Amino acid sequence: MSRIGLRTAALGYLAALVLVPVGMVFYRAFEHGFAAAWEAVTTPQAQHAFYLTVLIAAIAVPANAVFGVIAAILLARRDFPGKRLLNALIDLPFAVSPIVVGLALILVWGRDGWFAMTGVIFSLPGMVLATIFISLPFVVREVIPVLEEEGNEQELAASTLGGNAWQVFRRITLPTIRWGLAYGIVLSSARALGEFGAVSAVSGRISGRTETMTLYVEDRFQSFDLTGAFAASVVLALLAMAVLATMLLLQRRTA
Amino acid sequence: MIRVEGVSKQFEETKALDGVSPSVPDGSLTALLGPSGGGKTTLLRVIAGLEAPDTGRVLFDGDDVTRAPARHRGIGFVFQHYAPFKHMTVEDNVAFGLTVRKRPKPEIARRVHELLELVGLDQHHQRKPSELSGGQRQRMALARALAVEPRVLLLDEPFGALDVRVREELRAWLRRLHEQIDVTTVFVTHDQEEAMELAEQVVVINHGRVEQCAAPHEVYDNPANEFVMGFVGPVTRVNGHLVRPHDIQILSQPGEAAKEAVVTRLLRLGFEVRAELLPAEGDPLIAQLSRAEAEELELAEGQIVHVRVDPAQPARVPAH
Repeated sequence: MSRIGLRTAALGYLAALVLVPVGMVFYRAFEHGFAAAWEAVTTPQAQHAFYLTVLIAAIAVPANAVFGVIAAILLARRDFPGKRLLNALIDLPFAVSPIVVGLALILVWGRDGWFAMTGVIFSLPGMVLATIFISLPFVVREVIPVLEEEGNEQELAASTLGGNAWQVFRRITLPTIRWGLAYGIVLSSARALGEFGAVSAVSGRISGRTETMTLYVEDRFQSFDLTGAFAASVVLALLAMAVLATMLLLQRRTA
Repeated sequence: MIRVEGVSKQFEETKALDGVSPSVPDGSLTALLGPSGGGKTTLLRVIAGLEAPDTGRVLFDGDDVTRAPARHRGIGFVFQHYAPFKHMTVEDNVAFGLTVRKRPKPEIARRVHELLELVGLDQHHQRKPSELSGGQRQRMALARALAVEPRVLLLDEPFGALDVRVREELRAWLRRLHEQIDVTTVFVTHDQEEAMELAEQVVVINHGRVEQCAAPHEVYDNPANEFVMGFVGPVTRVNGHLVRPHDIQILSQPGEAAKEAVVTRLLRLGFEVRAELLPAEGDPLIAQLSRAEAEELELAEGQIVHVRVDPAQPARVPAH
């Protein structure tokens, strides 16, 4: 096949599977004019859903960044019993369906769970836990290869020069992994913003209280408020695109 | 004075160090010489505190530092590939040791400037390590290690990653620098010429053991054993002994203790002439002589000559 033929096939495939559906969302959102769409995404429920989505990501992503960097350093630099187990466990969220994660959290934190406690399930803490769980691996998996590629000589050199553990981390390790870390944070954010299944299970989906953007979209759709559903989808899509753009910028920095 | 006492270190299956006890006098320039995998780099890292020995002690001026972390030992360590801090300028690299010690800014600036001048990098203080040549990176790493005024400077294969010309320049430069700043220096090398040229003391290490610890000429002239003899210079085998090829005498007439041999090959290497000889009985051997000597003997391939070992105290060890 000619090169042009290949390109057409690839673009056609992408267009059919990605561009057309996403384009349709935009089209349907603004079908009844911009004003109607704007009104749909500025209702108190929509605003709260937006706020909740951003709030959850703002807690989950930094938590994952901190844990991710610590876990990556442990896995790349240290030997300890259970290292392989930890390594395997970190990938678990990739493998397990989000809805299973949600149900598992209910089993642990719910009314009859091991750590039965009110105020976790069907409220913010539970939703944050679910989001942390499903976006856990990204930072670790982005940082480990950088640490392995750079080796530990710069860190050893810094310690022979008198740097203590914190100084070595702050002045050598962190600047070394900064692009890998940034990339992991971006991926983690994208995942956190778009999560549906796990959060759906633990949230209880109380409109105006425990409803994130994705849950709100589904809620509107089920209530036959198509403009509301599509307009909220557009907001989600724009958020995702902003994340994607950041990712492209970062890729250019690291390349 | 650095004293190492009975240090052993095991890595999984291999014994990297097997009870070594060399010492390094104050202000000296000492070479740890040996083949790769012999344990010399491990010994350097044990002295630095980058590797903990399984048994034995390391003493700096009588203080036991065996359990002290590298950052408390007052050492300067130059890694084989220099380990430059890639995200920092040359200036910040050199300043690192002073910055983490929270020295006042003006003092740091002054000291960094002095050091960059000393290593000839003051023009490049704002560059990143990636913009430097190998030799410049090496000198930056040296300046960085010297900034903290270490009790001992440790260099791992300091010239290994450089091409031959730069290596020779830097060798001469390091020698002068050592005279200038007088800091106790230990470097690792597998190149016997480098060790002979630079060091005041050579520690020959093989299979995790110290084979000999002496001045370069001692190691060359009075090698402790067959290994040292062969490692620090060329050897040839005569009458069950190893001797230096330049200690073989070639005579045109029969002489005392000389035996007959035929010249099988002649190599003219500028000033030096190397003759491969096959005696009537015994192993083939090699003799090294000057061009003038070869011309006087009118040496030619196929010629019958008489050879013997120079009776004037040559270095020799029994061969196994």
